[in-house]
Amino acid sequence: MSTQPAVKASWMDKFGGRGKLIQILIIGVLILGVLPMVADIFRLNLYGKYLTYAFVAAGLVLCWGYGGILSLGQGIFFGLGGYCMAMFLKLEASSPENTAIQSTPGIPDFMDWNQLTELPWFWQPFHSFTATLLLIVAVPALFAFLIGFAMFKRRVGGVYFAIITQAIASIMTILIIGQQGYTGGINGITDLRTLMGWSIQTDFAKYVLYFACCGGLILCLLVGQFILNSRYGQLLIAMRDQEDRVRFSGYDVANIKIFVFVVASVFSAIGGAFFTLQVGFMSPSFVGTVASIEMVIFCAVGGRLSLIGAAYGAFLVNLAKSSLSESFPQLWVVAMGALFIAVVMLFPRGLAGLVSDYAAPLRERLASRFGRKAPSNPEPVPAPAAPETRQPATRKDVAVGSAQETHG
Amino acid sequence: MNTPILLAVEDLTVSFDGFKAVDGLSLYVERNEVRVVIGPNGAGKTTLLDLICGKTRATGGSIKFKDIELTKLAENQIVHRGVGRKFQTPSIYENLTVAQNLELSYPAGRTVFGSLFFRRTRAVTERVRDIARQIYLDEDLDKSAGLLSHGQKQWLEIGMLLIQDPELLMLDEPVAGMSVVERERTAELLKTISQNRSVLVIEHDMDFVKDIAHKVTVLHQGKLLAEGKMEDVQKNERVIEVYLGH
Repeated sequence: MSTQPAVKASWMDKFGGRGKLIQILIIGVLILGVLPMVADIFRLNLYGKYLTYAFVAAGLVLCWGYGGILSLGQGIFFGLGGYCMAMFLKLEASSPENTAIQSTPGIPDFMDWNQLTELPWFWQPFHSFTATLLLIVAVPALFAFLIGFAMFKRRVGGVYFAIITQAIASIMTILIIGQQGYTGGINGITDLRTLMGWSIQTDFAKYVLYFACCGGLILCLLVGQFILNSRYGQLLIAMRDQEDRVRFSGYDVANIKIFVFVVASVFSAIGGAFFTLQVGFMSPSFVGTVASIEMVIFCAVGGRLSLIGAAYGAFLVNLAKSSLSESFPQLWVVAMGALFIAVVMLFPRGLAGLVSDYAAPLRERLASRFGRKAPSNPEPVPAPAAPETRQPATRKDVAVGSAQETHG
Repeated sequence: MNTPILLAVEDLTVSFDGFKAVDGLSLYVERNEVRVVIGPNGAGKTTLLDLICGKTRATGGSIKFKDIELTKLAENQIVHRGVGRKFQTPSIYENLTVAQNLELSYPAGRTVFGSLFFRRTRAVTERVRDIARQIYLDEDLDKSAGLLSHGQKQWLEIGMLLIQDPELLMLDEPVAGMSVVERERTAELLKTISQNRSVLVIEHDMDFVKDIAHKVTVLHQGKLLAEGKMEDVQKNERVIEVYLGH
């Protein structure tokens, strides 16, 4: 029973139980063990880039899948995190010795080209690595808080929220491109070389950054699982289904929404920071509307009700994107659109839903055939979606059916 | 505690683009009273509940609950003061279990961080069981709420309010769509829960009203038409004319 006394609860329950932790462990084994063994460093670096989108997708699972808040502007936060990291790396690459040929040595090259003669004030904190790490989280969190506060306190939601976040993503791109002297413009911030004197371009550095990125992702998945399995996680589902009931049960619905939006944004920003580190530059094309919508597709394909599914979704869609766009560059956009429509219409719970519908019963059948050994040896696929992952439509049909039975 | 009046609605008015849904209404509900509000469609009954719980903002007048002015408070603060409201169509969380529905309504961990680090203590579990027993759902604690029958959903929502132990409980058509047996059990339930709180009910089912009401208020076009004991109200000629007569 779900109402067992607290005494019996194990620490694992805080993260969704043993099953969920095993699924996260499998991801860990896959990305920390299997991938580095089978892929060369060039491929592994690419995989690391795909995984940075898994951060965003996991945030969208919390915000969109559970909270019902569709943000079409996660690129904003991915970009803010990425730019914060890029600004630090750029300052390091722009030491007076390295930039001696500029008319103002010691400032980033694009500033010099744009006739800037001193470093703008908002670049100053990025001299310090500690401050940078702090700002990677704080800047997107504050920005998400402001957007959330302005909208949710006024009860703006649903499709309006999606459109407004999309518009903000668009504004961000225009702003970055327009303010070339401060942001590097359309080229972005490029030519990043070292992190605190340590070259990020060597193969060894790429390995280290890849593993750090994987570690960060697993940490975010654990935090996400903790959130979903707390009372707050249930509140998210409740709010998505019956917002007024939550409000008239004494909760401030706006605060619940603001928090989940901030968490999703911080996940996104951490992903963005790892993106900059592994790819070596940051540009407005990762911030804008197209990038932001792609992020929603990663999440939808993986399964918007499964943190783990969304991580696989982000990885697999990006993998497909690379291989497809290498061979058929024009086709990819169409394929992406078709994929999204297919997911929405045919399998709305994404890969995670498919797995829980087909793979989990299969596993049970295998388990019963080969004794009870099999379940402890699960296959490396996105695991069944959370127990909350139900099909509301069918549920409602059943419920209506039973109500009619009762009242004839 | 010295005054017997729990809820004092005075000269309450709300107008939607000039249409006065509630018009200069005054109403007093005493402690431990079961008050039923009746009236034809569009009389302003549901709007009255909306105004008290803060869903709709009053254009004029005042609503005092234990001498606290409610018209200025946010919805969740009104709940914190001790006002609970059940909606007309059952509003429950269909994707959660009965136990989870009740537990989420338990009045603790109502802030973001409070809910993140909420611990299910024995007191919470006991209270959930206790309420489930009262609303005839103790066998269904682990059932998904979406699978309950219509009547059970209504009870569940009442239970979600009871677990908050409100001093004023407002119910909008609690027996609509219920079977005869379910109606009787609901009447029984209301009698138990009204022993230490006031209940304000909107209902159309006259037998049910007769069964539970201490006092009846009749609304018509947003105004008070009659008020008093059920027998007296039933004899009132104007009430018969606009509402009961057909």
